[in-house]
Amino acid sequence: MVRYITSKFLYMLVSLLILITATFFLMKAIPGNPFMSEKQVPPQIRERLMEQYGLDKPVIVQYGQYLKNIAQGDFGISMKMQNKEVTGLITDTFGASLKLGLVAIVVSLVVGVLLGLLAALYHRRLIDNVAMVLAVLGIAVPSFVVASMLQFVFAQKAGIFNVMGFNGPLDYVLPVAALAAQPIAFIARLTRSSMLEVLHADYIKTARAKGLNWMTILFRHVVRNGILPVITYLGPMTANIITGSVVIEQIFGIGGLGKVFVSSISNRDYTLIMGVTIFYGVILMLARFLTDIAYVFVDPRIKLTNRKEG
Amino acid sequence: MESILEVKDLHVSFSVRGGEVKAVRGVNFTVGKGETVAIVGESGSGKSVTAQTIMRLIPSPPSKIKQGQVIFNGEDLLSKTNKQMEAIRGKDIGMIFQDPMTSLNPTIKVGKQITEGLIKHQNLSFAEAKTRGVEMLKLVGIKNAEARFNQYPHEFSGGMRQRVMIAIALACRPSLLIADEPTTALDVTIQAQIINVMKDMQERFGTSIIMITHDLGVVAGMADRVIVMYAGEVVETGTSMEIFKNPQHPYTRGLLRSLPRIDQRKDEPLVPIIGTPPDLIKPPVGCPFAARCDHAMKVCERIDPDPTHLSDTHMSRCWLQHPMAQEVQSS
Repeated sequence: MVRYITSKFLYMLVSLLILITATFFLMKAIPGNPFMSEKQVPPQIRERLMEQYGLDKPVIVQYGQYLKNIAQGDFGISMKMQNKEVTGLITDTFGASLKLGLVAIVVSLVVGVLLGLLAALYHRRLIDNVAMVLAVLGIAVPSFVVASMLQFVFAQKAGIFNVMGFNGPLDYVLPVAALAAQPIAFIARLTRSSMLEVLHADYIKTARAKGLNWMTILFRHVVRNGILPVITYLGPMTANIITGSVVIEQIFGIGGLGKVFVSSISNRDYTLIMGVTIFYGVILMLARFLTDIAYVFVDPRIKLTNRKEG
Repeated sequence: MESILEVKDLHVSFSVRGGEVKAVRGVNFTVGKGETVAIVGESGSGKSVTAQTIMRLIPSPPSKIKQGQVIFNGEDLLSKTNKQMEAIRGKDIGMIFQDPMTSLNPTIKVGKQITEGLIKHQNLSFAEAKTRGVEMLKLVGIKNAEARFNQYPHEFSGGMRQRVMIAIALACRPSLLIADEPTTALDVTIQAQIINVMKDMQERFGTSIIMITHDLGVVAGMADRVIVMYAGEVVETGTSMEIFKNPQHPYTRGLLRSLPRIDQRKDEPLVPIIGTPPDLIKPPVGCPFAARCDHAMKVCERIDPDPTHLSDTHMSRCWLQHPMAQEVQSS
């Protein structure tokens, strides 16, 4: 286990380095720079600025300098928002995104698993059909369409919620619904098919032959085995929700990290783009990693070992 | 002999798209205390359905018990509620299944799977149930039982898993054990071991056993009495001696004749029973075996024969054994 974790950690560092490198050069390939604005700035001032941020040097030198800085934990200061540190900007705004994301993850899991379980238990009956139609819709319709429709129906027409803003608990409802729609749909389908398989498994017959009552069988034998594939999906789901939040925060005017990310790109705010990318990268890798660990606890057949040889 | 189980005129059907499959059509038999009864027949003959109906384990729908009674210890199991059946399953009737590789829950420790029933039926604490569970593992011949108790099914081989299944089925000392093809998925050397374990446990606890199989070798090694099923009907019953030494029904004879013999020459072909069993959505009006039978007469195709009792224990359902039929030479 310890060896597994350390080796996994090393792999994560390597992927992170690749991520940083790719982002850095792609970012530099975009035309323009932070100080090209519509306002005419005298060339001297611009040169002065470029010099101050080291942008006058060759790209490869900048890259080396950047790596050196982040190795020391220095992510620099924003090039657009003066005197704001990148780390500060991330920690300030990530709170809102985290709250939104966590609620969306929990809602996706609970609703998705419940829907899938009900669909499996009432296989080929009304609940099943309704759940699966919803699931197909959820997978097919992109989250920004869902978001706009929710805004239109529940905020604009019915007036139950605010169209935008992120202040009270009620403000969570629409963004969470928009974010969770796709994961719910996916989890529901995943759960349904795996529960159906488990319900017909021989060991369920064994459990019934022992004289256990149906509720015991359902919770002790069916759900635990049927939930395994959902755990595999936890990693990708986190990715889904995080990338989804970039769009959703914009639509609902939530001042989260997603919003910062989008504006940093349009501003060519180099240090901020890098900082947020690295931050997202780390979160996604951690999510995958935790998924692997979680699997060990639920499925005893899986043991974490290093398989370097073979 | 005192009977513990009596199946009377059992009819079970399945609804499928094309109609209703009449899988079990009027089955009668009894099982005595401490007795081993084997039910043999090819796939689709209704033997598994019969067994699962006794336990009330077949899902309904699509299955439906059309008529009949299953009298166990003087009570009709078919009129019991689900709740009442839960109290009987595992406690008074235990069951083991064909495929030990899939019959144990992969995510629960073997020990817990044994103690589950004990805790439910005998109100034991986990510690007491554990003592009993470990003892059961030892009895079915699993070495190092304390350590094995805390292992998962994937750490056991097929034969070992079937032993665990026997331990689960017999943990509450049921008076009846239903074994649904318990050796079919195992290789031959392991088959013999499992049969020995079952015999040993039977001697110890006095359990009656219903053994469902299509392996006549298993039958010969274990059964006191044999029930031969074909197309949802019992076509012949008798003691093992009567069935193996003096089979009467042409189907039973065909089954025995089709067995490969150890003294057989290599180039000598096996003798199959030509043809396939009838479609049970529309079962034939006459004897269901008539279409495959070498001795079929006109009457066979028109009227299904009634049972003919050849001795107290031997019954055959064939016009050939009918008192009015001519003596036929056994082939």
